[in-house]
Amino acid sequence: MKKENQVTNPAKSGGAAATAAEAGPIEHPLALLAYLLIGIYLGVIFVQSEVVSWFRIQEMFRFQSFHMYGIIGSAVVVAAISVQIIKRLDVRSATGEPIRLNPKEWGDSKIPAARYWIGGTLFGVGWALLGACPGPIFALLGSGITVLVVALLAALAGTWAYSILRPHLPH
Amino acid sequence: MLENLAAPWPWYIAGPLIGLVVPLLLLLGGKVFGVSANLRHMCAATPTPERWKPAFLKYDWKKSGVWNLTFILGVFLGGLLAVQLIGMPDAGAHISDATRSDLAALGVQEFTGLVPTDLFSWGALLSPAGLILIVGGGFLVGFGARYAGGCTSGHAISGIADLQLPSLIAVLGFFAGGLLVTFGLLPLILG
Repeated sequence: MKKENQVTNPAKSGGAAATAAEAGPIEHPLALLAYLLIGIYLGVIFVQSEVVSWFRIQEMFRFQSFHMYGIIGSAVVVAAISVQIIKRLDVRSATGEPIRLNPKEWGDSKIPAARYWIGGTLFGVGWALLGACPGPIFALLGSGITVLVVALLAALAGTWAYSILRPHLPH
Repeated sequence: MLENLAAPWPWYIAGPLIGLVVPLLLLLGGKVFGVSANLRHMCAATPTPERWKPAFLKYDWKKSGVWNLTFILGVFLGGLLAVQLIGMPDAGAHISDATRSDLAALGVQEFTGLVPTDLFSWGALLSPAGLILIVGGGFLVGFGARYAGGCTSGHAISGIADLQLPSLIAVLGFFAGGLLVTFGLLPLILG
């Protein structure tokens, strides 16, 4: 049963967001429970491996420890092998759907890959200042560092600002 | 309890365990690991008069985002459980001596916990440095992640694991921006 193009997301070029945004209807409560548990699993690892730490991010950008490179690198290797296995064996998801990873789109700006390197650099500036990317913001909040709620509100303001400026930015 | 699980978990344990989130989400429901999409879902879910809402935020966030918002609620709860059951990691004391002395030279004084409390606390919000780090950093994380179409999870892990060239470019951008702050802006902000 083909279900392609069932959802035409207005922000098809939203990259990772649009990819995540394409899946089917609202999930079964049991599936939601599973997502919650995977999130808890990740939050615990995030905190106890210290990847949510501003100190560790500084250590990484100063190239003074292998810790963060080892974590991101080995995470990518495990994820890449898994994705290859899933693709080669044409594994289906628990809901029986074919698993598709949509390629990131190149955009239509005259500046090549504008959104990726301009947006990426802006994100990197924020990442190094705050010492946390979006996932760690939530884990840090959970760990009791309540002032991060201000960072979350600022990140939402940044997302909203991008949404307004989007038509005028090179992609 | 569980003190023998205390931080820091070594990279060769933590990294592969994080990597497994990618196939877990794919196998469960064909979902792609990407946290920053939640910031967009949260904006889209904010009650706003239609005419004030940018087109990018007008979509069915319940249909596309409920799984991811549930997932990130889990990350929040995971952070809470990690500290309650195992303990608050003392990352400030675990970092390399070189980093510690570099940061001390910039004026950082607190080397306990996950974040330096002299920069990340409610009181620090009143100082220019704390304001730039927390509000400025947070704003750019949100803006940049959506502009680039993903953050560390969506590009550095999911994208590169799927051998996507745009994601590699984005990650190079992440590092360019991070190095600019670390060696260019931070000495000015903290100085």
